[in-house]
Amino acid sequence: MSDKPKLAFYWCASCGGCEESVVDLAEDILMVAGAVDIIFWPVAMDFKKNDVEAMEDGSIFAAMINGAIRTSEQEEMARLIRRKSKVVIAYGSCAHMGGIPSLANEFTRSQIMEYMYQEAPSVVNPEKTRPMLSFKHNSQNVTLPEIRNLVRTLDQVIDVDYYLPGCPPTPKLLKQAVLTLLSGEFPPKGTVLSPDEALCEECPRKESKPSDLSFTHFYRPHEILIDKTKCLLSQGVVCMGPSTRAGCEALCISGNMPCSGCFGPTSRVRDQGAKMLSSLCSNISENDETGIDKILDGIPDPVGTFYRYGLATSLLRKKITEDV
Amino acid sequence: MNSKKWRLNMPDKNYEPKIVAFFCNWCTYTASDLAGVSRLKYAPNVKVIRIMCSGRVDPQFILQAFASGADGVLIGGCHPGDCHYSEGNYKMLRRFRLLKRMLHSLGIDDERFRLEWISASEGEKVKTVINDMVEKLKVLGPLSIPKQINILDEELKEISEEHSEPLTAREELSHV
Ligand code: SF4
Ligand code: SF4
Ligand code: FES
Repeated sequence: MSDKPKLAFYWCASCGGCEESVVDLAEDILMVAGAVDIIFWPVAMDFKKNDVEAMEDGSIFAAMINGAIRTSEQEEMARLIRRKSKVVIAYGSCAHMGGIPSLANEFTRSQIMEYMYQEAPSVVNPEKTRPMLSFKHNSQNVTLPEIRNLVRTLDQVIDVDYYLPGCPPTPKLLKQAVLTLLSGEFPPKGTVLSPDEALCEECPRKESKPSDLSFTHFYRPHEILIDKTKCLLSQGVVCMGPSTRAGCEALCISGNMPCSGCFGPTSRVRDQGAKMLSSLCSNISENDETGIDKILDGIPDPVGTFYRYGLATSLLRKKITEDV
Repeated sequence: MNSKKWRLNMPDKNYEPKIVAFFCNWCTYTASDLAGVSRLKYAPNVKVIRIMCSGRVDPQFILQAFASGADGVLIGGCHPGDCHYSEGNYKMLRRFRLLKRMLHSLGIDDERFRLEWISASEGEKVKTVINDMVEKLKVLGPLSIPKQINILDEELKEISEEHSEPLTAREELSHV
């Protein structure tokens, strides 16, 4: 093997979109492939866990891990890759903040199992079979990873050096990140590799965002014809732009959809959802409980709205339950 | 699946709820002083944080209090129309209404989060509100979020940090 820096990609609890975003580098992937050796990438290349175990500790230059951590196997792989890599990057919203999979933290594991293997309309399971962690087959022990009680971000399980935000990160940010790392000038540990300002700053509709918003009604995107030229908040559509980090170049807004927050907060905000809730509510037009409540009915699922990509990293992390 | 169950809230006769209170400097904080000076007895379960206006209470403070182990959060501000910064208490009320819904769907009982308008002269009301909240929280029992997370994180220790032995080719095959 050549002595080019070694790059690894791995996936945990994710949808595959992050892998797709690597492929979306298009011809730039040749630039990346020319500068590095990709030595592990289960979605595209035939390497096994054994091959990674055989490598020397710290011999991988950078590993990009996408997906939330939800099973014992993902924990094990994340730790293995951590040990073998100099730099670990949490790639995409799920590794960064838990992502959509972490909305599962609104339920306990037994509720989820009950639903998936029993109650879901498409399931027929009169024997109430549940996945087993191991069983004997032809005198061999066959095992399955365990689903954990909590969906976690990558940095709740291993030490993470950098974060590439987004659901998924844009090819442009990935390319920049690879070039930055190859240049040898490492940003401070913990840096989120995207501009540290609010999305509104790079939004083409910024000029039409009123400085004195006043909400009389909240609409979900399917409830209103959205004016393509005006700030979504000014039309009463919940746009997470003010509490979301820039870097995607306002992709969703270009598609005439509100930002749902996938880039996470800027460095000055600890809890993205609480921050958004705060700024939205401050600008509600009513002063009495009944009036306020009526307007708030336009946000029927606050957890799913404000923590769509980040329940695992929010201050509360999960729904509080008596049993776990 | 292993079905370990942890019972989090063991009943405890000596349980004393912890309340974090954010009191507006111009009204409720002064009232709590007055309560002290007038030797009104209220339960010692409250950590009072003085802020310049109830509108200054960032919802992140409230979540942080719960996440750090508070059993309840109490906010005290000036009566409607009396806020020194004119709109602060209305802002707080609007946040409160939505936060309450959100906390409710995250399993935090309504009684744990309370907003009260208490003017500087209402020392007596400080006392009744706090005592009432303490009583209600005692019935609910501890919230213990940090403990809950610690218990859940025990599962992270199941896989040892040590190098796992590489699987033999045969074992690896049997895994799929
Ligand atoms: S709120 Fe949304 S639409 Fe309005 S300026 Fe910000 S990102 Fe753009
Ligand atoms: S607009 Fe918001 S949700 Fe859409 S890609 Fe950008 S950060 Fe993500
Ligand atoms: S000054 Fe007391 S609530 Fe604003």
